[in-house]
Amino acid sequence: MTNLVWTVLPYLCLVVFVAGHFWRWRHDQFGWTTHTSQVLENRLLRLGSPLFHLGVLGVAGGHVMGLLVPASVTEKIGISEHAYHLTAVLGGTVTGLMLMAGLVLLIIRRMINGRVRRVTSRMDKVLYAALAAMVALGMIATVGVNLIGGGYDYRETIAVWFRGIFWFQPDPTLMSGAPLVYQLHAIGGFLFLALWPFTRLVHVWSAPLAYLWRPYVVYRGRRGPAPTATAAPEQVRDAAREPSARR
Amino acid sequence: MRIRAQVAMVMNLDKCIGCHTCSVTCKQTWTNRDGTEYVWFNNVETKPGIGYPKHYEDQDRWHGGWQLDEKGRLKLRSGGRVKRLSRLFVNPDLPSIDDYYEPATFDKDILANAPAGLKDTPVQQPRSALTGEPMAVTWGANWEDSLGGTHEHGTGDPNLARMSAEAAARVKFEFEKTFLFHLPRICEHCLNPACVSACPSGAMYKREEDGIVLVDQDRCRGWRMCVSACPYKKVYVNHSTGKAEKCTLCFPRIEAGQPTVCSETCVGRLRYLGIVFYDEDAVLAAASVTDEHDLLDAQRAVFLDPSDPAVREAARAAGMPQEWLDAAERSPVWRLISEYKVALPLHPEYRTLPMVWYVPPLSPVLDAVGEAGRDDTDADDIFHTIRELRIPVEYLAELFTAGDVEATAGVLMKLAAMRSYMRARTLDGTVADELLDGIGMTADQVEAMYRLLAIAKYDERYVIPAAYSKDAAALEAQATANQDCALDCEGGPGMTTQASAESFHLVEGEQVRPGGPGLVSRRSDGRRGFTINPLRGGA
Repeated sequence: MTNLVWTVLPYLCLVVFVAGHFWRWRHDQFGWTTHTSQVLENRLLRLGSPLFHLGVLGVAGGHVMGLLVPASVTEKIGISEHAYHLTAVLGGTVTGLMLMAGLVLLIIRRMINGRVRRVTSRMDKVLYAALAAMVALGMIATVGVNLIGGGYDYRETIAVWFRGIFWFQPDPTLMSGAPLVYQLHAIGGFLFLALWPFTRLVHVWSAPLAYLWRPYVVYRGRRGPAPTATAAPEQVRDAAREPSARR
Repeated sequence: MRIRAQVAMVMNLDKCIGCHTCSVTCKQTWTNRDGTEYVWFNNVETKPGIGYPKHYEDQDRWHGGWQLDEKGRLKLRSGGRVKRLSRLFVNPDLPSIDDYYEPATFDKDILANAPAGLKDTPVQQPRSALTGEPMAVTWGANWEDSLGGTHEHGTGDPNLARMSAEAAARVKFEFEKTFLFHLPRICEHCLNPACVSACPSGAMYKREEDGIVLVDQDRCRGWRMCVSACPYKKVYVNHSTGKAEKCTLCFPRIEAGQPTVCSETCVGRLRYLGIVFYDEDAVLAAASVTDEHDLLDAQRAVFLDPSDPAVREAARAAGMPQEWLDAAERSPVWRLISEYKVALPLHPEYRTLPMVWYVPPLSPVLDAVGEAGRDDTDADDIFHTIRELRIPVEYLAELFTAGDVEATAGVLMKLAAMRSYMRARTLDGTVADELLDGIGMTADQVEAMYRLLAIAKYDERYVIPAAYSKDAAALEAQATANQDCALDCEGGPGMTTQASAESFHLVEGEQVRPGGPGLVSRRSDGRRGFTINPLRGGA
């Protein structure tokens, strides 16, 4: 069971994540979009969207820092455990609250505005539910356990296990001792990755950074051969006038 | 000099009766789908009026188009690259759908299924196409048609705000006294398109061969920057697909040498389509001219004279076929813009170098001359009357010449002189030389202009060469390399083209290109296909 959850599931989810993106990119360029609904509703989006997106960027950065950077590295560059903990908890709480507030606003917007509700797909609803669950678990872990509670040093267990996945040596025993909320957040996280390629979240990979250096006006040649030339307008006109004259 | 060809349009506003046939046929062709209910690639608005979407010309609000920064460099009014990316999460300049209008639909079953013998007539209630809920229709794409409601909100016309108070006061909105004209609008297919420049994902592009501005639907990621950057608000969000859509200048028809749907169906015969040659290297400088009043001449100067041997040589060197050179020489658009100089661009001050130009409306002038007891064959009298029109020349100048009254008055003068000249010639056979002197045109020119504007023959209005392929050599190589299946095999590129071309307008049994097999010929199974190699006798 431990192996199944902490070794098989992550790999399964990662395979779905990669293969799913590959499939979507190949077969659904047309659906690869943010699905903007700003023309339909602007007031709540104006506040909710930046809060949500900036919060997400902060939270994502926090996860990179906490999971991918080993504790030994932060110590080596002179960041004490206490300083790290303080930054992580404070940064996590602030960006987490932004993310939560933004998400709540966006979900409310989807529910109360009839126009936006109509363009909300089933997958959007699944995505919003998954996001809400992930954010809730994450906030309980950050605020409930680390800020208010006694704290839990995930860098010695979860982070080590997580990095192990990438060199194919995950140690499932590291996870079995973690608090339940962290376990759920980790499982949920991988399931979330598996869901990712099938939702509108794919727009994340299209963040248009190339815009910063490309020329303003884009010229592009017509693809493929020239189409069939047809009769000139005057010939069409004459043909319509005298059907018998048509060759 | 880098020569390019552009398919451009001129509309003669004098002849627009506001029948909306162009809008309807365009909508039926392109935007009768989910998510585009509110979208009109072609719309006809009444001027003066606030337009569609509301107040779209107010760039202080929408920040569309370009402007010069303090160093005189051209930049998008909505900000540079970094600022744009910082606004990906929410675009503060984006119009909401209420700025267009809430599309309505009707439950027609109520009428169809109404039982016989009802005491009261069954009525349909409008329902929102966005929510399905019952709604009150309070605005539409042509709500102000023929000055409907203009007495209430007409003063919100952004063009009036830019005029002097005295001139604006002369624009009277009272119904009986007022004067109006219709302004049909499509995408301008600009030489310096702000929408393309603002598209973060690079999905929008200007076609190298004919200058048509398009959205690559597969590459659009829905960042919606094009919508706000276009000062004419002619890029729209399809709220069903989440992607941008815009007027395509009916490129499948243009490529086949046929006019756009809006032009083809225009009952007033006021649209002109043709190609113009322009110098791509001159575009930036022309858009960056400091004085807005110089923009018109700068934009005219970007065009290249198609009868100039040097230009023709450059066009040939750029790989354009003879057909295109000939079409450019016969182009009605070139003649109206550059030879007669009677067509003007819509809002040149947006600095996008729009490619749909307008012959400003003159209609009431000659009546006004008569009413004022003046002589409508006298150049001075006409000129004075033009300056005293109820819709002041200032208003037209705000639309077409960035407020340069002299330039607009000059064009109206030419049109008035042409009418008076032709009237004198037709009625009593006299040649009004003093009128010609006043506008600096020859009798031949005036008569040719009269023929183009008034007679407006189909094949003189639309001079569109069929598309050419820049990579013909590459295709030929491909065909030679693969003898069994080159272009017209199952799924090959030739097949797609054939299918799309056929679904457009080819009539069964029609000779595709008269006078020889050419690029296209009929195969043994009766279907049309590309002649793989005419020398090999393939097909």
